[in-house]
Amino acid sequence: MSAQQMMKVFVTRRIPQEGMKILQKAGMCNLSVWDSDEPVPRVELLKGVAGAHGILCLLSDKIDTEVLDAAGPNLKVISTLSVGFDHLAIDEIKKRGIRVGYTPDVLTDATAELTVALLLATARRLPEGVEEVKNGGWSTWKPLWLCGYGLSGSTVGVIGLGRIGLAIARRLKPFGVKRLLYTGRQPKPQAQEVDGEYVPLDTLLSECDFVVVSCSLTPDTQNLCDKTFFSKMKKTSIFINTSRGAVVNQEDLFEALSSGQIAAAGLDVTTPEPLPTDHPLLTLKNCVVLPHIGSATYSTRGVMSALTANNLLAGLTGSEMPSELKL
Amino acid sequence: MWCSRTALGRLQKIAPCTVSGFHRAMSVLPKVYVTRKVPPDGLDILRKSGQVQFEMWDSDDPVPRVELLKKVKGCDGILCVLTEKIDAQLLDAAGPNLKVLSTMSVGFDHLSLDELKKRGIRVGYTPDVLTDAVAELTVALLLATSRRLIEATHEAKTGGWGTWRTLWLCGHELANSTVGILGLGRIGVAIAERLKAFKVKKFIYTDVEPRPELAKMIEAEYVSLDELAKQSDFLAICCALTPETHGICNWNLFSKMKKNAIFINTSRGGVVNQEDLYEALSTGLIAGAGLDVTTPEPLPTHHPLFTLKNCVILPHIASASYTTRNAMSALAANNLLTGLRGEPMPKELKL
Repeated sequence: MSAQQMMKVFVTRRIPQEGMKILQKAGMCNLSVWDSDEPVPRVELLKGVAGAHGILCLLSDKIDTEVLDAAGPNLKVISTLSVGFDHLAIDEIKKRGIRVGYTPDVLTDATAELTVALLLATARRLPEGVEEVKNGGWSTWKPLWLCGYGLSGSTVGVIGLGRIGLAIARRLKPFGVKRLLYTGRQPKPQAQEVDGEYVPLDTLLSECDFVVVSCSLTPDTQNLCDKTFFSKMKKTSIFINTSRGAVVNQEDLFEALSSGQIAAAGLDVTTPEPLPTDHPLLTLKNCVVLPHIGSATYSTRGVMSALTANNLLAGLTGSEMPSELKL
Repeated sequence: MWCSRTALGRLQKIAPCTVSGFHRAMSVLPKVYVTRKVPPDGLDILRKSGQVQFEMWDSDDPVPRVELLKKVKGCDGILCVLTEKIDAQLLDAAGPNLKVLSTMSVGFDHLSLDELKKRGIRVGYTPDVLTDAVAELTVALLLATSRRLIEATHEAKTGGWGTWRTLWLCGHELANSTVGILGLGRIGVAIAERLKAFKVKKFIYTDVEPRPELAKMIEAEYVSLDELAKQSDFLAICCALTPETHGICNWNLFSKMKKNAIFINTSRGGVVNQEDLYEALSTGLIAGAGLDVTTPEPLPTHHPLFTLKNCVILPHIASASYTTRNAMSALAANNLLTGLRGEPMPKELKL
C-alpha cells in the first residue's frame, strides 16, 4: 500500500499485544504509539493526534473539542479500550461525523466477577481479617469476632440492570439471595431471568441489605448517591459501586459510614482516580477501596485490546464495526 | 456464674419449696458446662429450657485447660467450641455422669471419638447450618486471591495507584475455567453451586470414593488426585481432617498443578504442608493461595507465608456471619438438651 493510502493512527498507550498485532498485520496503519504504561501527557496527545484518521484511546484520555480540533478533519474514528465513554465529548464527535468504537460485552464477566468479589470482601470483612492476621490481632477462634453479613436470605438491589448489572445479579442469586430488586429508567424484560422486581429507588434503598450501583454515568446519575440516598438505607446495609466515581458524593458517603448510618461500602471507582492517599475514606475500616480493576484479567484485557483494534480498523475502512457506539 | 433463676422460678410455681427443698430440687437438674460465651440464641435456649443448671466460661477467649478440667467434674453435658481438646484426660476429669458432648462446629478433629464411643457418650455437632456461610467465605477468599484484592487495597492506600493501566493488577478469571474440589461433601457442593454462575467450564473432584449423588447436583466428574492437580485452574480443599488427609496438600500435589492455578483451603490447616506451600508460591509453581485455616492457629506473625504477595490468609472466619453463629449456637444448645433427655438430637454425630 502506498504511503498516501496509509492511515495515520495515534495510539495513546501501550496496549496488550493482541490488539497491537492486529493493527500491525492490517498493513494500512501508519502507527504512532505512546509506548508507555503511563498516560500520555496532554501536550503530547495534542501533538500526536494531528492529522490522524483514527485515535485508539483509554478512559484516562479526555477526547474533547480541543483534542478534536488538534486532530483536524481527517479524523474518522475514535476507538476506546473501555465500555464507559464519559471521557468522550459525544456531542462534538457526532457533530463532526466521527464514528466511535467501544468494548461492551467482552468485559462484562470480569467486571461482574470483580463486583461480586468486592461485595463479598466488604460484607465478610476480608481486608480487616487479613490485617488482624498480620498485626497479631488474631488470637484464637472466637464466636462473634469479625462476624459479617451473609447473602443467604438477603435482599439485594441493583441500580442499573444493564449488561453488567444483570451479570452481577446472576452471580449473586446462587448465594441464597431471597429477593432481587432493581431500579432504573424503565423495567427490563431480561430481569425475569433473575426474578428481578422493578421498584422505585426509595423502595430499593429501604428494603435492601446490599445495594449495588451498576449504572452508566450521565447527568441524571451524577451525585445520585448522596446524603438523602444513604439516609434511606438500613443500618446493616452494604453499599457497592463499580460504575463510575462521580455517581457517589464521597463526603456524604464518608458521613454515612463513620456515623453508622450504613454498615460498610466497597468502591472500585472514585473521584478522582487515583484517590489521594490521605482521603478520609481510606481511614475507615468499613470502607474497601480498589484501584479501578473491574475488568483487570489477563484474558479480558487481551480480548478488549483485540476488539478495540478491530473497531478502529473497521472505522478506517468504512466497514461495519464489531462494537459501534450509537451516537 | 449459675444461670438457673428461670429453673428456680418454674420449680417454685409447680412445687413451692422451702430453701432446703429448693436445693434438693436444684441438685437433680442435669449439670452442664459451657466452655465459651457462645452467641445469645444458644444461651437463651439453655436458660429458657428450665432443664439444666449451667455454668459458663463467660469470655470471648478460650477457657484455660486447668480451669476446664476443674469445671467439667460431675457434668452431665458439655457444650464446647473447637478450641477445646476433648480427650481421655478431660473425659476422666468429667467423670461417669457425662452423657452428652455438644460441639459448636461441624469439624470434630478436636474430639477423641474412640474415647467418647467407649464411654457411651453421645455427640452433637453443627453441620448444614454453617454450610452457606462457609461456602460464601470460600468463594470470597477464592475471588480475593484470584483478583488480587488485598494487593489492590494496599496499592490504593499506599500510593501505588497511578492512573488506569491496561495490565496492572490483572488476575485470573473464573469464566471458562476448571474448578477442582478435594473432598466433595456438603460444603464442596455449596461452593460449586455458587461458582457455576461465574461461567466455570468444568467441575472435577476427588474423594476416598466417588460421590455420585452429590456429584450429580453440580455435574462434577470424579478424577484421581493427580488429575485434580493437573487440570484445576482453581483448587478448593473441602475435606475433613483425618489421618488420611493430613498433609495431603504437599509438594507432590503442588508440583503437578498449573502455573496459573489458585489454591484455596478453608477445611483444616493440617491438610496442608505449609513449608511445601511456601516453596510452591515463592517459586511460581502455582499462581496464588488463599487460606482460612492454618497450623497453628493463630499463625505466628513472623511466618514466611506472610511475606508472599500471592498468599492471602484469613483468621478462620468461614462461618463468621451473625445469623450463622447464632444458628450454630442454637443448634448446639438443642443437641445438648435433647441428648440429655435421651431423645434423638437434631444433628448427632454417628460414632
